[in-house]
Amino acid sequence: MKELMLGNKAFARGLYEAGCCFVSSYPGTPSTEITEEAAKYDDIYCEWAPNEKVAMEACFGASLAGRRAFCGMKHVGLNVAADPLYTMSYTGVNGGIVIAVADDAGMHSSQNEQDSRHHAIASKVPMLEPSDSAETLEFVKLAYELSEEYDTPIIVKMCTRVAHSQSVVEAGERVVPERKPYEKNIPKNVMMPGMAKKRHPFVEDRMKRMAEWSETASVNRVEMGDTKLGIITSSTSYQYVKEVYGDKVSVLKIGLVNPLPTKLIKDFAAKVDKLIVVEELDPIIENHCRALGLTLNGKDLLPICDEFSQNLIAEALGEKAAKGPSLDENVPVRPPVMCAGCPHRGLFYTLSKNKCTVLGDIGCYTLGAVAPLSAMDMTLCMGGSISAIHGFNKAGDGENEKKTVAVIGDSTFMHSGMTGLANVAYNQSNSTIIILDNSITGMTGHQQNPTTGLNIKGDPAGKIDLEALCRAMGFNRVRVVDPYDLAACDAAVKEELKVDEPSVIISRRPCALLKYVKHNPPLCVDKSKCIGCKSCMRIGCPAISIKEGKAVVDQTLCVGCGVCEQLCPVKAFESSAKEAVLANSSEPLKAAGLPAADAAGQRKEGN
Amino acid sequence: METKNVMIVGVGGQGSLLASKLLGRLLLDAGYDVKVSEVHGMSQRGGSVVTYVRYGDKVYSPVIDEGQADYIVSFELLEAARWLSYLKEGGQIVTNIQQIDPMPVITGAAQYPENLVEKMQATGAKVDAIDCVKLAQEAGSVKAVNIVLMGRLSHYFDMPEEAWIKAMEAIVPAKFLEMNKKAFELGKNA
Repeated sequence: MKELMLGNKAFARGLYEAGCCFVSSYPGTPSTEITEEAAKYDDIYCEWAPNEKVAMEACFGASLAGRRAFCGMKHVGLNVAADPLYTMSYTGVNGGIVIAVADDAGMHSSQNEQDSRHHAIASKVPMLEPSDSAETLEFVKLAYELSEEYDTPIIVKMCTRVAHSQSVVEAGERVVPERKPYEKNIPKNVMMPGMAKKRHPFVEDRMKRMAEWSETASVNRVEMGDTKLGIITSSTSYQYVKEVYGDKVSVLKIGLVNPLPTKLIKDFAAKVDKLIVVEELDPIIENHCRALGLTLNGKDLLPICDEFSQNLIAEALGEKAAKGPSLDENVPVRPPVMCAGCPHRGLFYTLSKNKCTVLGDIGCYTLGAVAPLSAMDMTLCMGGSISAIHGFNKAGDGENEKKTVAVIGDSTFMHSGMTGLANVAYNQSNSTIIILDNSITGMTGHQQNPTTGLNIKGDPAGKIDLEALCRAMGFNRVRVVDPYDLAACDAAVKEELKVDEPSVIISRRPCALLKYVKHNPPLCVDKSKCIGCKSCMRIGCPAISIKEGKAVVDQTLCVGCGVCEQLCPVKAFESSAKEAVLANSSEPLKAAGLPAADAAGQRKEGN
Repeated sequence: METKNVMIVGVGGQGSLLASKLLGRLLLDAGYDVKVSEVHGMSQRGGSVVTYVRYGDKVYSPVIDEGQADYIVSFELLEAARWLSYLKEGGQIVTNIQQIDPMPVITGAAQYPENLVEKMQATGAKVDAIDCVKLAQEAGSVKAVNIVLMGRLSHYFDMPEEAWIKAMEAIVPAKFLEMNKKAFELGKNA
């Protein structure tokens, strides 16, 4: 049956049909739904790993055990997993290994715009690149065949527009190959110098054989039209090229982007008068063609930065692009914001108020950098906050540590924060680290992690106790605050900055969007009390605005978190539930069905 | 048939997913090649969001570009204005008149523009602006704004009502079906 399927869902369908038995991934936009969709098949074991490196190594183990395995990640995730990848290229596989990496040209939800094809080339791992959902399904199945035939892990590269577009797919049946027996093979699987030296020539030979295969493989496809112009392209760029030209020009569509064919490209180039390479991000196909001595256009016409579209390509290649009506009006931007009731808001308000230097990390809370809070000084990569505060304080002549904090989410802490924390504990910088524990991986759409006590299917799982972990690493000062309680946040931040030893503050309150979180009734403003001082506007809550000089609360957005009313000098906010919220900072945690923390920050036995 | 383009725009969290799902189903059932493109992740957090729906004999690009949209369906007035340049000459805008202040307006750094419907019409765009929140409430739930908008879009679409109802039956949970059918009718006849 034909159905409309998200590229990522088609990827998961491909895993299912190819008989993949083991999936281990870390969420990252735009790759997350591959693993979420795979987890809906009961026949595939699926898990969220703490990070991409762990996920890839787990896949290697599953492959050793003789099963087809998969791990998925976003482009920057592959940097984290690069260590196992580059050597798995040497060991090869037992059961096939497929790796998804999803690039984000245009940076819809990423901190950089790197081109993952560089990793495929550098690690000498083959890479397939589909251009829509149907091709994604087909390429994943092919990838497992190639992985086992050529004894290599294989990367299937997605991009935002393939991963997050739905197109028509026809699903097939699942075929599970028999589990391959595990056989001890030291020269192949123990990569110490003597063995690795013998595997390297195998890798070089394998890539040569794959390149030969690519010359005639159906994944690289010539579509001859008029020979005045020939375009070499791949992925979503192929779709844009076809949108502009239809069947009018000649196209060489590349499906295997590493290794690239040679003869196929030369023959294609010989048939056309003018050759242009159309590829998003870096000039990788272009440089390959130039090395073959071909004359062509590429990045001289098309940008390296940002994603492409049909109009962009049309204009760059001298064709007419459509134009729409233009409005002579300044339309205010609508940037993403922390949600109403977001637990991060109270904590970031506290940091802003105390004029802290805030070394940030990757997650929803990066939005703490946005006005009016503007409470962030740095965001680099997963876990970077804790490692950086150590250096910042050590080199800060005793001044930085008086006002600097690192902030990191619970999932990001599990991903890459622990090793940075070990450095703070070991080399003893006087650093204050705040773990923003919202009990979920928020940014990517609510995935479980090792601190939530639930697995990918929502069933009970192991649960890591953050307080106990930090204490075990040598922190004497570990305390828990409720970020809805501004006075408690203020006291915690001031005290921990003041003390002369490293400390951890856990700001704990589940994400306001979690289904199990019970909200208070929305607040409203008593207009006769409101003096229009705008104190409540300092927290940047999307539910509050000023209308005719007075604060107004949007009743459809407000979740009654009560942070705004703590800032009001005239008590103009009203809610019947406010006493219950603020009387005891642990009450809301209990109300949310989570274990509460006592004053010493030790987590009690909870439900 | 030449590819037709529908853009669904709004504010993250407004529920455009069901609208694009309904359209996708409708068009696939009608035998078209269809592509639907959406963006997940950070931009969803109360930011400006857009979904592209394209259909025809053979659809290539998953996105719609400036000057190409046959229809822009907007959940919020300012968002209709933001994406106006994506409208094709002779294209139709169907918009909710609801106004949601973006952060620069909330903080006072910018003003929410006035008389946007008239200003959009002055560019030559065809604009159909309706109070979807009121109609959705009349149907039984404020969450039915998306179906009210789809009902209004159906007014301009060359597709029999039975096809819309069939698509709705396929994707809307049974217990909400009657309410959504009512929302669809109210939108269609608005």
